[in-house]
Amino acid sequence: MSDLSQYSSLGAALRDALERWASETCLIEADRERENARLTYRQFQEAALPLARAIQDRGFAPGDRAAIIMTNQSKWLISAYAIFYCGGVLVPLDYKLTAAEHLQLLAHSKARWLMVEHYLWRAITAAPNFKDLKTEAVLVTEAPAGTDLQGALRWEETKGDGELNFVPRARNDWAAIVYSSGTAGRPKGCVLTHENYLEQCQALISLFPFWPGVRYLSILPTNHAIDFMVGFIGPFVCGAAVVHLRTLRPEFVRDAFPRYKITYMSLVPMVLKNLEKGLRDRFAALPPARRFVLNGLIALNGFLTRHRPRLELSRFLLADVHKAFGGELRALFIGGAFTEAATLQFFYDLGIPVANGYGLTEAGTAVTLNDFSPFRPDTVGKPLPGVQIKIVAPDPDGVGEVAVRSKTVMSQYLDDPELTAETIVNGWLMTGDLGRLDASGHLQLFGRKKNMIVTEGGKNIYPEDIETVLEGLPVKEFCVFASHYLWPQLGRGASREERLIAVVHPDAERAESKKTEALRQELAARNRSLPDYKRLSGFVIWKEDFPRTASLKIKRAVLAEQIREQLERPTGVVEL
Amino acid sequence: MRTTDQTLEEILTLAAAHFKVPRAELSPDDDFFKKLGINSLQALELLTRLEHHFGVELPDYELQGVSDFRTLAERIQARL
Repeated sequence: MSDLSQYSSLGAALRDALERWASETCLIEADRERENARLTYRQFQEAALPLARAIQDRGFAPGDRAAIIMTNQSKWLISAYAIFYCGGVLVPLDYKLTAAEHLQLLAHSKARWLMVEHYLWRAITAAPNFKDLKTEAVLVTEAPAGTDLQGALRWEETKGDGELNFVPRARNDWAAIVYSSGTAGRPKGCVLTHENYLEQCQALISLFPFWPGVRYLSILPTNHAIDFMVGFIGPFVCGAAVVHLRTLRPEFVRDAFPRYKITYMSLVPMVLKNLEKGLRDRFAALPPARRFVLNGLIALNGFLTRHRPRLELSRFLLADVHKAFGGELRALFIGGAFTEAATLQFFYDLGIPVANGYGLTEAGTAVTLNDFSPFRPDTVGKPLPGVQIKIVAPDPDGVGEVAVRSKTVMSQYLDDPELTAETIVNGWLMTGDLGRLDASGHLQLFGRKKNMIVTEGGKNIYPEDIETVLEGLPVKEFCVFASHYLWPQLGRGASREERLIAVVHPDAERAESKKTEALRQELAARNRSLPDYKRLSGFVIWKEDFPRTASLKIKRAVLAEQIREQLERPTGVVEL
Repeated sequence: MRTTDQTLEEILTLAAAHFKVPRAELSPDDDFFKKLGINSLQALELLTRLEHHFGVELPDYELQGVSDFRTLAERIQARL
């Protein structure tokens, strides 16, 4: 296992890895059944260094911020390495955001450089506020020949030669600004240092080691903290390979397991459930006798692995299942949203452990991870090495706010000292999540204290961000809540509910009966302008003035309390 | 060569068949995530079905930001 304590920056750790593992495969990029690229570490270096040289030639200075907006692909990692090599600060943005959101975060991050995939650049240049873009240089990948790039350069043609200067960085220097959420409202740019990443990486690879020959399938967006760590830094410092797919169609993801003999993969609950459904359907389609035998083998495997995973035994007992996954799969990592214990147990009993954990961008990535000794699907595992967790103001059941102290905790929110001070208190990161530590040190989560949801696709959504699309609604006032913030009992238990609910205070003069239906139609129309994962599920009609501060901000906690008192159960919600 | 209206009509028919809903319940401006109760993975499955039907390759990004049948038809029409 690599010892990362000797390095002061990600750039230095990666630079050594490229030399050390020169002849090993580091990247495979596939598009459906076609393989676009397969690079060794040496070839990766040969692609990245001319790019680094070219951006240095164009004035890229240490500490400059450079954004990447790309789908998961080899040029993402090559660009990131070139930026680190030059001492830059990476700003990885979610490619699924809208062009307007990209422009907003580019402005907020003060990124001077942008490396972007062509279809995304096309959308950005067509956005109304494109003229406000302040980046000094834009490199566009995969642009068709003859396309007008609106002043941008072609990534593939941006190459320099000659002497290169590797720019060393200190452990506490900024490595990246990662947006945990918040686009329309108050962008939350987590400033992560080189130390944050190096410490996180060391802890993760101590539990789930990588080595040459290991293949990690990367389908979570690389801007996401999990994929950045286990789909880039972790495998690279250990000489393993990352497999990128240019499509996320379930059938091609399934094919990739046997085709590339995948060892690890990270996913979100939605994808895991899709895999579970696919397997259950296949099992159900078996002739009764074979189904009987299979169920017996699954039960036997579950029994024999109840204390710890026994990979070889599971591969022997359930050979057909493991063959469908390529025969090399060791574990799946899952993050983001809540995962049902039954789903985790289903995979565990097949001999495919799903390492569920708990993490947040503000804490580097993961804070806890299930270590399978023994597997506890009712928890999110134990704190990672070097991570301290305490429960603040626990109730009689031991449930309180989860606070985290670790070298992986971000240094600050970018340009937001007030929010930073609210979030990091005396060195402890206040997560806003509710949890309890059990006697064996496993963390159980019980929903959220904060007004936020995490979708099944693993996206953090702050209700305040949705409110801009409600501007101009023909009502007196409105605001948006996470359902569990209004009714905390919904955030607990196995079928926890995470929905967005609008609260609207109508104008008095309109007729009551027409009002609700007209509002429903209006909100449904507004909903259509939002991505599916950001949509409102319903609304509540509220006939009193919202409580407000002296500066007229809505007192959300007070309003939520008032609503809860009058509508003890969410029966007053009109579904959209 | 199909017209956009024909493409749209074929998409609606295929979506209805794929997700087992009566064709009459689907309209061009429907939000297909809500109307069909599907998630983004299921929408990608529909895209595969449409690829096979129209005989064109549709990158995943053609679905990005699209939630109604009419816009989807326009995106596909541009590739026919």
